[in-house]
Amino acid sequence: MFHLALRMLLGDRAKYIMLVGGLTFSALLMTQQNGVFQGLLAWTTSHMRNMRASIWVVDSRVEQVNETKALRDTDVNRVRSVAGVDFAMPLFQGVLKARAAEGSEKLIQMIGIHAGTLFGRPTKVLEGELEQLRMANTVAIDELAAERLGSGVGRPLRIGDNFEINDREARVVAICRTERHFFGYPYVFASYDQALQFAPRQRKMLSMILAEPRPGMTPEEVARNIQAETGLAAYTVPQFEKSTISWIWRNTGIPASFMTTIILGFIVGIAIAGQTFYSFVLENLRHLGALKAMGASNGLLSAMLLFQAMTVGIIGYGMGLGLTALFGFAVAENGQPPFKLQPEAILRTFAAILLISGLAALLGIRKVAKLEPAVVFRG
Amino acid sequence: MNSPAENSPDSSVPAVALRGVVKAFGTGDARTVALKGTDFTASQGELHLVVGPSGCGKTTLLSVAAGTLDWESGTVDVFGTRLNGMPRSRVTAFRRKNVGFIFQQFNLIPTLDLVENVSVPLLLNDVRRREAEEKSAALLQQLGLGGKERKRPTQLSGGQQQRVAIARALIHEPRLLIADEPTSALDRETGHQIMDILAQAARAPGRSVIIVTHDPRTYRYADRLTDMEDGGIAGVYHGQALRDFVSIHH
Ligand SMILES: Nc1ncnc2c1ncn2[C@@H]1O[C@H](COP(=O)(O)OP(=O)(O)OP(=O)(O)O)[C@@H](O)[C@H]1O
Ligand SMILES: [Mg+2]
Repeated sequence: MFHLALRMLLGDRAKYIMLVGGLTFSALLMTQQNGVFQGLLAWTTSHMRNMRASIWVVDSRVEQVNETKALRDTDVNRVRSVAGVDFAMPLFQGVLKARAAEGSEKLIQMIGIHAGTLFGRPTKVLEGELEQLRMANTVAIDELAAERLGSGVGRPLRIGDNFEINDREARVVAICRTERHFFGYPYVFASYDQALQFAPRQRKMLSMILAEPRPGMTPEEVARNIQAETGLAAYTVPQFEKSTISWIWRNTGIPASFMTTIILGFIVGIAIAGQTFYSFVLENLRHLGALKAMGASNGLLSAMLLFQAMTVGIIGYGMGLGLTALFGFAVAENGQPPFKLQPEAILRTFAAILLISGLAALLGIRKVAKLEPAVVFRG
Repeated sequence: MNSPAENSPDSSVPAVALRGVVKAFGTGDARTVALKGTDFTASQGELHLVVGPSGCGKTTLLSVAAGTLDWESGTVDVFGTRLNGMPRSRVTAFRRKNVGFIFQQFNLIPTLDLVENVSVPLLLNDVRRREAEEKSAALLQQLGLGGKERKRPTQLSGGQQQRVAIARALIHEPRLLIADEPTSALDRETGHQIMDILAQAARAPGRSVIIVTHDPRTYRYADRLTDMEDGGIAGVYHGQALRDFVSIHH
């Protein structure tokens, strides 16, 4: 009987298309919005993938990687002296004003890294050498910075080009690739001392300390030691990621606005699928009644309706996911908007679509269960 | 044509026996008593017509006999099986095996082709799809619909559709065939063709065909005729009495 259930469903083209279309739209909305949301969340922790370090030490009031509360210069040595710390290096992090070639001002994300070790350096250098950052007034910029600051010249900045940071000349010695940051500012790397020169003078300038554990010790252990001995906050990368994302959830409206859209996708799915499937059942009520008279049990008819609803659900889900993937490939080119599709999100959407289909079927099942088989004799 | 799957060991057992059946619809002022302690018997091997004015309870009687409608009091036996107190699911299973239905409006499923429509009762009785479709195609052929197996019901004339409905009602070789006004949507000529087929089906041993009709032109097909009036039985005719009844009403 199930093949007949399928034929009955496919035979009603308009409703079939409406059902699959509604569920596709719903699945697309849920996965795509979730993907953009997860991508956006990933951007909030991109510092940790652009400046690699196992342990991040910050002021005890700091809960997320994009926030800085200046530390004392002496804190670097205090961290170095903690048991299990292999080495620890200062990091400057600040948003500064740069002047592009044609004179317009752009904000940049300035990162100052220890000149001797270049610890925290970007992982992918496209052109030039980071070692040259040890020379005065030099910077390494990412591709976004090259493009933005080169807008006046009509081409991206190249090695050897100059621009100004806070009225100080900066010469480009390397171009690197970074993962985009949540704030959208391009990355500019300099040696720690050079970065302090670019930045407006303040009493305390040290933003963070990056550290590595001794071989044989885990970052967790060492972070605990640092915290205990210095009173500073020390995070491993997973800890800081978690803390940062949790901060975003607690302090911004971003998750709420995405959740609203995702819930809307769910509701739209229920509305369209429920409504359409119910009218499909109503239109077929005579035939369902005839089947019932002929001896189809409530269980069989319910299973047939469920099968029909699940079929459109799975097709709609597949198409929604396919469209989401297309969207993902399309935006992967320039990475905007951010997009990250996780297996859990895919499974969650699947569950949501099955739930929608199940609810839609349930409305019909209730109707059919109450249907008197004798109705088929009434004109 | 098809013979019932299961021949009764005793062909004297009535196909359908209603004794003192009461059925009412609605409550309070809206209460209508459709069957007022009705007695009704249909024998095996007969085509039994039920006639009477509109609203006298013909459809209600048929529904109770077919096990598609509950009643309030009285007893209902179908081929010796008492339906009183039988759980719903067992009544459903009983119908599935033993009853074939023909409806006034054909009630074929428009999105399924003819073979699929006809195969439904077999599929409901757990016959495999291939076998069900082969049998259905063969029966459609017998009923003069060969070559149209893969057409949709809406591509056929009313008479052809009713023949498909008959095929569906007979395909699982039920012992009881129930039809409510099977010819009222058809023209005279087609109506006669349909009645011929049903009369032939009734001749199968161990089977009974009960037809509700408004149409006096069909009276002559009856082996026995029950005339209903206001929820009760006005008369039962067969033999010479039936022939007299037919000539009076023609
Ligand atoms: N589901 C129902 N709800 C309420 N009243 C009903 C229902 N079914 C039948 N009745 C009433 O019961 C009585 C008998 O109806 P029934 O349909 O059995 O008559 P009938 O002889 O088949 O009439 P017709 O020739 O018009 O088909 C009528 O008064 C009808 O209005
Ligand atoms: Mg009637």
